[in-house]
Amino acid sequence: MSFFEVDHISKSFGGVKAVQDLSFRVDQGEIFSIIGPNGAGKSTIFNCINGLYRAEKGNIRLSGKELIGLKPDQIAAAGIARTFQNLELFSHMSTMNNLLLGRHLKMKASLLHLLGLSFPNSRAAREEVHHRERVEEIIEFLELEPYRETPVFALPYGVQKLVELGRALALEPKLLLLDEPAAGLNNEERQDMIFWIKDIRDELGITIIVIEHNMQLVKDISDRLLALNFGKKIAEGSVEEVLQNEEVIHAYLGEPIH
Amino acid sequence: MIAQLLINALVAGSIYALMALAMSIIYKASEIPNFGQGEMAMFSTYITFVLLNSLGWSFLPALAGTLIFAFLLGVIFEFVFIRRAKEPTLLGFIIITLGFQMVLYGLAGWKWGSDQRTFSLPFSESEVVLRTDSLVLTEHNLASILIAILVMVGLYLLLQHTKLGLAMKASQQNVKAARFNGIPTNRILGISFGISSVVGAIAGILVAPISTLDPTMMWDPLLKGFAAAVLGGMKSLPGVVVGGLLLGLIENLFGFYISVEFKSVVAFTIIILVLFVKPSGLFEKHYVRKV
Repeated sequence: MSFFEVDHISKSFGGVKAVQDLSFRVDQGEIFSIIGPNGAGKSTIFNCINGLYRAEKGNIRLSGKELIGLKPDQIAAAGIARTFQNLELFSHMSTMNNLLLGRHLKMKASLLHLLGLSFPNSRAAREEVHHRERVEEIIEFLELEPYRETPVFALPYGVQKLVELGRALALEPKLLLLDEPAAGLNNEERQDMIFWIKDIRDELGITIIVIEHNMQLVKDISDRLLALNFGKKIAEGSVEEVLQNEEVIHAYLGEPIH
Repeated sequence: MIAQLLINALVAGSIYALMALAMSIIYKASEIPNFGQGEMAMFSTYITFVLLNSLGWSFLPALAGTLIFAFLLGVIFEFVFIRRAKEPTLLGFIIITLGFQMVLYGLAGWKWGSDQRTFSLPFSESEVVLRTDSLVLTEHNLASILIAILVMVGLYLLLQHTKLGLAMKASQQNVKAARFNGIPTNRILGISFGISSVVGAIAGILVAPISTLDPTMMWDPLLKGFAAAVLGGMKSLPGVVVGGLLLGLIENLFGFYISVEFKSVVAFTIIILVLFVKPSGLFEKHYVRKV
């Protein structure tokens, strides 16, 4: 049994086959990247994994547990967190509150607790303290301290991406899906993002699947690659193997990268 | 005389502000202007009347019973009518709220008749708290203002300082992300309808003693509240409160200095002017059109 497996899934929209009979496996602790031209079905895969779409055929399993048929929040609770290509943040809330909402699934709140009426030193109060501590740890880990109370819309784009990454981490996932983490970032921010992604895997031990167009980032972080075109797998393997594959070069890269 | 005008403006403004808040809470949560709001408040006020007069409850239990009823009415409205809508459009939602309004109006007429009843509360319109040469402040005046303030403070604490408020805001700002993070956005929407209905019911209870209790009693307050909400910016709760108070003031000044007959026209003129000049309302910071 592999850590995470996508087994012969298909998803179409009307007549368009966005993903066709796709299978791949990801080992625990791996950074696995998915590349392919626009419209190749990369985001569709993420949406199938986290339950926004339901794959028509096939299975998706995390540690052997079937995920198809579960709702997005159940899949999140099972240990899969994600970020979005176009940020999906609570833009009029502070960084702190965005991250706290990332822990919402972990909160076993009673009605009294919802109304903020927990008694001092009750279980609910201790739980609250625990959640805030975990969020503080993530804020510290991603060096977001200066932005703790700033509403997210007022932050630079690069920092907003980190906040979304932080919110995903707040869920304490086993598997993290990053949809174009480098999109819209400048060179320096991209270098930082590479550093954070490696750090998340190395220090927190979280397995990561990345969709990315930026080849520098892909080459820097990936253990293995999957290349897609028109919803089908055209290559899978180590970074060198895939980037030198004729079909990949033809479909996506234009010319060989050395 | 101006002091009396200000008191009248404040009382009317408080009631408009409550109706505007009720509409705004639902509008913020769902972008639906709820035209059933007035009849929901009217129906809840009848429940107070029944509990007080037919069942002989004392005021506070009757009030508590009414607020619970109002909350459930809002939750049920959302669950049974709004949530069932298949591929709804804004127009579809508006028609649903109008339909619900007519259902409640019809039910109230059938159950209680269209007689105008008098409705008395522990704070009466005929008992005077403060009388000077130029000013009369009745118990009802004072109670309306205080209760409105209490509701506003309560809403502020609820929305700003509780997890429920945070979840409501999260659902308003980004439904997709909220759902993904495990916030039950449908349930939160139901709760928003419930809270809105409670605020409306309080406005109804305050209106009934100064007008009469009958099925049409909330038509005027609803339209004024709607005007106040448009004036303040439908999505800003502090904005609609200021909108309500401003409308109360403008109306009373207009009624005194210009024309009593045309007092009610002021509200609608204001809606039109605001829509011409600043459609997002005076206090809304930004105007984002969801696509």
